[in-house]
Amino acid sequence: MQTRRDVFQAIADPTRRGIIQLIAAQSLNLNAIAEKFDVSRPAISQHIKILTECGLIVIKKQGRERYCEARLQKLNEVAEWAEQYRKLWAGKFDALDKLLIGMQSKKKKNGRKK
Amino acid sequence: MTTTKNATSIKAEPGKQEIIITREFDAPRELVFKAFTDPKLVIQWLGPRDLTMTIEKFEPKAGGSYRYIHTMGEHSFGFHGVVHEVTFPERIIQTFEFEGLPEKGHVALETARFEALPGGRTKLTTQSVFQSVTDRDGMLQSGMERGVNDSHERLDELFDKGAVK
Repeated sequence: MQTRRDVFQAIADPTRRGIIQLIAAQSLNLNAIAEKFDVSRPAISQHIKILTECGLIVIKKQGRERYCEARLQKLNEVAEWAEQYRKLWAGKFDALDKLLIGMQSKKKKNGRKK
Repeated sequence: MTTTKNATSIKAEPGKQEIIITREFDAPRELVFKAFTDPKLVIQWLGPRDLTMTIEKFEPKAGGSYRYIHTMGEHSFGFHGVVHEVTFPERIIQTFEFEGLPEKGHVALETARFEALPGGRTKLTTQSVFQSVTDRDGMLQSGMERGVNDSHERLDELFDKGAVK
């Protein structure tokens, strides 16, 4: 049974996030990945399986070696949402800016009345 | 006059349950804190532009609670939470729930930190922690339409005022 996994659930695990970060810089084979983590080989295999099932990693053959290559396009979704959310708050904080300017100039005016 | 040091920045890493927003202000933190805890001031900056925001309840003190409502035509969306801590002028901690979701109980924990910077300036850092990655992502997506509208409106206003030439 092959289930299409939710990419965001897949990267909710810190080891899997670490694996992605590692191979985003450079494609590596399974052994090279496993030795970078303090986790058993079978566990690493399982993590890689999950990541390939949701399309964040593809396995490419080069001669006798099988390399894990990162496919990060899906992660861009979060970046896009975050940018929109940022704009939302940027707008509110711009309004707060104006309010703070008004509050400070009032203080100055009141101060000068002495 | 645009300074990039007052840009709003956001940190929302894929697979994590939190959103961190950072923003600097050209005002002392006592004043910025006031703008967060005085309902007459809150309403002037927190609400979205094309919605009316009403504050039904707002008790900015430990053990207090708040509820505010955004109304657009016939539609209303409520937000509410309880206030855990208000420490002037440095920290506010509260819970947050949006009432418009199909399911109750998706609550976030929000911590706002106010840090004094030299020259009478302030650095605001808000950290929102959600119950799941899905909840966090849902909050991010809620900014989609709103954010664009708000920014464009504000831009229009600047043009109208002749502030941009």
